[in-house]
Amino acid sequence: MGLRIIVCAKQVPDTNEIKINPKTGTLIREGVPSILNHDDANALEEALRIKDRYPDTHITVVTMGPPQAKDMLIECLAKGADEAVLASDRALGGSDTWATSNAIAAAIQKLGEYDIIFAGRQAIDGDTAQVGPQIAEKLGLPQVTYVQDFQLEEDLKTITVKRALEDGYEVIRLKTPCMLTTIKELNKPRYMHIAGIYQACAADIPTWNAADLNVDPDKEVGLDASPTNVFRSFTPLPKGKGQMIEGDCEKDIGQQLIIRLKSKHII
Amino acid sequence: MAIVVVKDKCRGCKLCIKACPFDAIIMEDKLAFITEKCTACGQCIEACPFEAIINTQEIKEVDLSDYKNIWVFAEQRKGKLMNVALELIGEGYRLAREISEDTKVCAVLVGQDIEHLVNECYAYGADQVYLIQDELLRNYTTDGYTKVITDAVKTYKPEIVVYGATHIGRDLAPRVAARLNTGLTADCTRLDVDINSYIKYAAENTTLDVSTLDPKDTSKGLKQTRPAFGGNLMATIICPRTRPQMSTVRPGVMQKKEYNPEACGELIEITPAIGEKDIRTEILEIVKSTKEIVSLTDAKIICSGGRGLGEACGFDLIKEFADKVGGVVGASRAAVDSGWIDHANQVGQTGTTVKPNIYFACGISGAIQHLAGMQTSDIIVAINKDPDAPIFEVADYGIVGDLYKVIPEIIGAWDQAEQLYDQSTK
Ligand SMILES: Cc1cc2nc3c(=O)[nH]c(=O)nc-3n(C[C@H](O)[C@H](O)[C@H](O)COP(=O)(O)OP(=O)(O)OC[C@H]3O[C@@H](n4cnc5c(N)ncnc54)[C@H](O)[C@@H]3O)c2cc1C
Repeated sequence: MGLRIIVCAKQVPDTNEIKINPKTGTLIREGVPSILNHDDANALEEALRIKDRYPDTHITVVTMGPPQAKDMLIECLAKGADEAVLASDRALGGSDTWATSNAIAAAIQKLGEYDIIFAGRQAIDGDTAQVGPQIAEKLGLPQVTYVQDFQLEEDLKTITVKRALEDGYEVIRLKTPCMLTTIKELNKPRYMHIAGIYQACAADIPTWNAADLNVDPDKEVGLDASPTNVFRSFTPLPKGKGQMIEGDCEKDIGQQLIIRLKSKHII
Repeated sequence: MAIVVVKDKCRGCKLCIKACPFDAIIMEDKLAFITEKCTACGQCIEACPFEAIINTQEIKEVDLSDYKNIWVFAEQRKGKLMNVALELIGEGYRLAREISEDTKVCAVLVGQDIEHLVNECYAYGADQVYLIQDELLRNYTTDGYTKVITDAVKTYKPEIVVYGATHIGRDLAPRVAARLNTGLTADCTRLDVDINSYIKYAAENTTLDVSTLDPKDTSKGLKQTRPAFGGNLMATIICPRTRPQMSTVRPGVMQKKEYNPEACGELIEITPAIGEKDIRTEILEIVKSTKEIVSLTDAKIICSGGRGLGEACGFDLIKEFADKVGGVVGASRAAVDSGWIDHANQVGQTGTTVKPNIYFACGISGAIQHLAGMQTSDIIVAINKDPDAPIFEVADYGIVGDLYKVIPEIIGAWDQAEQLYDQSTK
């Protein structure tokens, strides 16, 4: 007995490592590594925990991205996923969340039957949190976002989750098939195991293009089909540097600060 | 793909490669080549001195004139409006007047037993209220709310729909957008319709070359600005071909209108077509956390601590500081991730956006994601051991020193401000 689980994952640049060059206002990207998006690691981990309990469970990881995203898929396989597919095509480039969800929903449909789809709540490069719900909509599934706790009943069909709110949480019950988006409070992702890495590197990861997915680049995927476009992009202007407060000792500095705040009528 | 390199014009200078935030440009035969990592953000177009990179996407014009008015999803929980709903009514009011005299801002209230919220919406600026009530809508469910809002949008055709970027707004809006096949921009921090407001904003606050914008452009399309790439980059997103244009907007950044209890408006009651089978999730319980609610967004003074505190009990000093100055305790993500303080106190990109009169940053380095949430504070005071810490780039007053030595002195001097100032002027 097991479940058929799909995990949606994305390879992202580690935005933690990105710094701005204060002189030119441009991004310093050199040496910034690509990683498995954090929330997606929690999505995969929850699927793996189900598989730990029900070893017949089959986990497929789906991603859309450039060919290099295979490295991330290999990492997912090495952690214990059974299968991975990559949707990759220049025709998919420039997709906004609506178009991205069309492509991923098409890939999921091509994979066949499933019980649960896990996705990370949001990706750290875009922070939209829109793709999970939009895939659910395209597939006609119920969804719960911001999942911080997950319980599967013995019937393997009924799920009880806690959904995080700003000031607490809700306890929600629903039936499979469904889409759940995960946050970091849900679990602690495991590391890859050595045997897994060997196997994963040898695994065959199919790449599907727009034609394989049966999506139309004029109407469903890619830049031209996307309802939103980038109008302009820019970097925020750093606020001008202010004054440094110096003094003989901390006491003096503290008093200097208070005097300046007072003289400017700030306090 | 729509961003392409014109081979005859490219000189192979590689400036576009430096400018690309997505590592999407490579050199091929000594010329730039755009790979599938491209997201069409347009940075390279601006960076290219030879006009060798162009956006080939044709603008397909569609008749959008059927759509009118601005809708605000007036999110309520347990019969109480969320603050962000009032902020959005205020912002909607501003935008509506910029679009045309007869464009209205409309609050959309969904729930049960919430008639009492109608007047509150008027008082904060709504011209119209759409009231959608049913027992099945008492608590938020994705299925229930998506259905009734999508149905209402199809009937009344608003030009713009905005939602607060709350855990509910960000669950609901993408479903509605996908069902209506229209665009949605997440977590916006600025909205414009009039090109001149946008030019003014961009010129004052950003590195954007505004000479590329035409001040005579009369299009009233919604320009939705949001941080991307962990706050390193800002992007303005448009939705040119479909309606409604939709955004979720970050709580705490838009301005409420002044409360006017006399204001009135037009009420439109909608009887929703909703049945039990439409809702596929069952809410068993809604649990409010007992932790103290920190109201960072309303605070006049915030005292924030970062990793520089070194240990959890460092927040005792920050708390003492905040109590002294009548402020609220904030934190950097590093402090939250260390488990020293609750996430509710976090300021920044993935925390709360704040705009106090004074922001004290203590032992915070000033990472871009932290700055994203506090750099519009009126006055920033930074205390840090490291004279090169980036926080000093945005600080109005910088103090290089050990926070454990400096803060007690500020606390000590606080009550003597008057005397100290008088002495200093003598
Ligand atoms: C997607 C994403 C979202 C993020 N969102 C946020 C967010 O919302 N908010 C946020 O804050 N961060 C966020 N971050 C994290 C951010 O990049 C930084 O890692 C974080 O802000 C660093 O916190 P810090 O300044 O406290 O720690 P550090 O960078 O470690 O800085 C500590 C500082 O304390 C100083 N110091 C040490 N000891 C003392 C002392 N005794 N006295 C005085 N100074 C001292 C040091 O000189 C140093 O400058 C995000 C990151 C990512 C990738």
